[in-house]
Amino acid sequence: MDARILEELRAIADDRGLVSSPEELHTYECDGLVNFRVLPRAVLLPTSTEQVQSIVRICHRERIPFVARGSGTGLSGGATPVENGIVISLVRMKRILEVDFPNARVVVEPGVLNLDVTSRIQHNEFFYAPDPSSQTVCTIGGNVAENAGGAHCLKYGFTTTHVLGLEVVLPDGTLVHFGGKTLDVPGYDLAGVFVGSEGTLGIATKIILRIVKRPECVRTLLAAFNSTNEAGAAVSGIIAAGMLPSAIEMMDNLAIQAAEAAVRASYPNCGGLLLVELDGPVAEVEALMTDVNEICRSNGAWEIRIAQSEAERALIWKGRKSAFAAMGRISSNYIVQDGVIPRTALPQVMSEIERLSQEAGLRVANVFHAGDGNLHPLVLYDRRVPGQQEIAETLSARILELCIEAGGSITGEHGVGVDKKKMMPKMFAEPDLLTMQRVRCAFDPLQLSNPTKIFPTPRLCGEQPGEYTPHPVESSGLAERF
Amino acid sequence: MDAATQSKTAALHSSLRYRLISFLGPEHVHAANASDIVAGVQPKLVIVPGRESELAEALRLVSDAGLAAIPRGGGTKISWGNPPARADIIFSTARLNEITEHAWADLTVSVGAGCTIQVLQETLAQHGQRLALDPLWPEKATVGGVLSSNDSGALRLRFGALRDLVIGVTLALPDGTLASSGGKVVKNVAGYDLPKLATGAFGTLGMVTRAVFRIHPLPRNTRSFSIRRKEAEEARHLIHTIQNSKLAHSALQARFGNDAPPIVDILFEGTEVGLDAQEAHLKELAETASLTIASTEIWNARQDLWSFDKPESGTIAKIGILPAEIDRAMATIAKSASVRQLQWKSVVQATGIGLLKLEGDTADMRVSLQEVREQFERSSGSLVILYRPPGMAPIDAWGNTGDALPLMKAVKQQLDPKSTLNPCRFVGGI
Repeated sequence: MDARILEELRAIADDRGLVSSPEELHTYECDGLVNFRVLPRAVLLPTSTEQVQSIVRICHRERIPFVARGSGTGLSGGATPVENGIVISLVRMKRILEVDFPNARVVVEPGVLNLDVTSRIQHNEFFYAPDPSSQTVCTIGGNVAENAGGAHCLKYGFTTTHVLGLEVVLPDGTLVHFGGKTLDVPGYDLAGVFVGSEGTLGIATKIILRIVKRPECVRTLLAAFNSTNEAGAAVSGIIAAGMLPSAIEMMDNLAIQAAEAAVRASYPNCGGLLLVELDGPVAEVEALMTDVNEICRSNGAWEIRIAQSEAERALIWKGRKSAFAAMGRISSNYIVQDGVIPRTALPQVMSEIERLSQEAGLRVANVFHAGDGNLHPLVLYDRRVPGQQEIAETLSARILELCIEAGGSITGEHGVGVDKKKMMPKMFAEPDLLTMQRVRCAFDPLQLSNPTKIFPTPRLCGEQPGEYTPHPVESSGLAERF
Repeated sequence: MDAATQSKTAALHSSLRYRLISFLGPEHVHAANASDIVAGVQPKLVIVPGRESELAEALRLVSDAGLAAIPRGGGTKISWGNPPARADIIFSTARLNEITEHAWADLTVSVGAGCTIQVLQETLAQHGQRLALDPLWPEKATVGGVLSSNDSGALRLRFGALRDLVIGVTLALPDGTLASSGGKVVKNVAGYDLPKLATGAFGTLGMVTRAVFRIHPLPRNTRSFSIRRKEAEEARHLIHTIQNSKLAHSALQARFGNDAPPIVDILFEGTEVGLDAQEAHLKELAETASLTIASTEIWNARQDLWSFDKPESGTIAKIGILPAEIDRAMATIAKSASVRQLQWKSVVQATGIGLLKLEGDTADMRVSLQEVREQFERSSGSLVILYRPPGMAPIDAWGNTGDALPLMKAVKQQLDPKSTLNPCRFVGGI
């Protein structure tokens, strides 16, 4: 990068806010998707909205692509740097700006950690509902970019359900506000479009969140079945009985073994483990828990436990939430997959995964948000065995195709990023993708904000103000202009 | 318009009409009459496409001819928003009314834009389910119209608004594109969330032809209560107490007006044993003397506002305020109305979303609407005029849209560059 531009950036963010030495830049070459790595030209760590604006204005003037980044826990490569681009890390913008209990709103900067929001408000019996497994380390800004989910979104919804307003620096440096502290602010729901746009529409610098009152009680039930099919049938029974649990999670035997090895959650050793959580007023929850118990028994559950204390409940969840990382205990390498199926397609999709797994000679562990059909198959392999990584990648991609064939989605909460953009044309038709890109053109006509993500074939926007300058991806033949 | 232009326009219309008839069939293209008027503007034609692809193609032809297209479902909210700058062709979704898939075990439903909410609810009820939404006039209002106008009722408190219930949408764009986004699974983050962009866009970005919703189980039992309060401040306090309690209510609203003290209504849903416990808890929070068991009729309060003694001297606005400022907002309304001797009524949900009805002299009502809007906007609230009598002088329906308006215009420009769809009906002249 031009030394003059680097100096200009340094002047904005001071010495602590600029990383440009090659050895330090390696920290930022990938996010949680480690098999894609690109070294950025520089990393900026602004501390204010004004600094973000100034940095983005320079990027706009110099046509430098930029990638916003939080803690880098994303699993789809949403924060993978772009060739010749810079990374704007928001981790130093970590103030909780306002806690408004009477209106149940909290205003935060993007670098605030997910769990820190709940920590700040729990004394008043409130919590922030979206709870991705990485919630102790991931940032709200990252959650907004990816529309992060979690185990409890079955009842409480996703990040997008809880974001009421945003302050955003657009890719030309303009500051705009979407939504607000009140609902249904007149105009298009741009906050709704921005959340989950994976950093391609600008950078959120302030986020207005809705917080939720803690329910009177929470009850967690663990049921052991011989197979995931039996457990799946119990889930259907619970839904058919008209209940909306706050979470329904399923793990297969391999996932149970890994969780046991990692955190000793004392799970029963079974073919299909179901975790059902109900919350609400005590009388209501206890009445429904009796029904859940019966439904599990009648579908073949041979052991049912209800957590008797908060510690027991925490342990049950610890096992579930550490399931991805726990794979390291039973396999040297693994690919985390994230696909969604209509829940009723579970038996058919599971048996197909089993067949593919045997065919490929690789083990697949399954962790599943069973209530909303969000599958997390983990393909286990050993990188040291020549060719095995490729087989694992093919298998993992084939599982996503199964999800699409079943009428589902290629991602439920991890995002498309760089990882799955090739799958987008399998899920969406050309006009669908072009329409989304037209929306992108309204926000970012020069395609500077996290380009090369989500869309397999970036289309550049038509009329542009000012002199025509070929975009870097256009010059290199990676995109066409329309 | 000079004679030459007039004759050119007539020729254009006649050729367009011929082409529309050729693929829609003559029975689905007819001349518009007085009952088709859109906020004072008389359209020329009404077309009723039978397929999404037909609708998209017709939209392309209309757009190419430089004419304006007005989507219409049940027509219940056709006069909302600003009057259109032009209204040439009405696109009725009456024939796009099929419920294509009720995947009850997956808690989703795919439905054509023209299906009425009532028919949809009746179908879902066969499997003990519902779209957890209580919009106005369900017997006539359609999926497309409710989505485009973002109409929600009391259940929103518990189940969210349309933006939280819609999981997929198909849009017809003026260039003939039919684009789907979202999907038919509840959890899905692939691609942009265009269902949210279309929600509340008043059909200005594309015509909704189909939508997919997440659905909820019907409640096993319900129980409603009404609690009288003396002052708005007490009503606000009770709402705050309930919201801050461990109650798990599905709806909570307050009714205010110039002629009666406020009433707070609450709805519980669940098992009988659960309802007993919640009722007991509620009685601890509100003194028992003021609490009565209510019929489900109270949840029609929002809709009841729309029956006017004299429609020519009444107006209705949607208000959005901070929940903690409900009493302040009501005081603002009361003061403005009393100075001008206007009658007023308001139904406000605990979410801060409500409807306000004013009755009296049209010029006075207009001044009050502006005054109240200004006050609300000062504390990040809003006031959107839904119904105004024909005699009222022009007034923007929307109010302030903030600094994102240029971006909204850019989005409009990308999807509807010729302003074919509902021109000038939305915010900032969109």
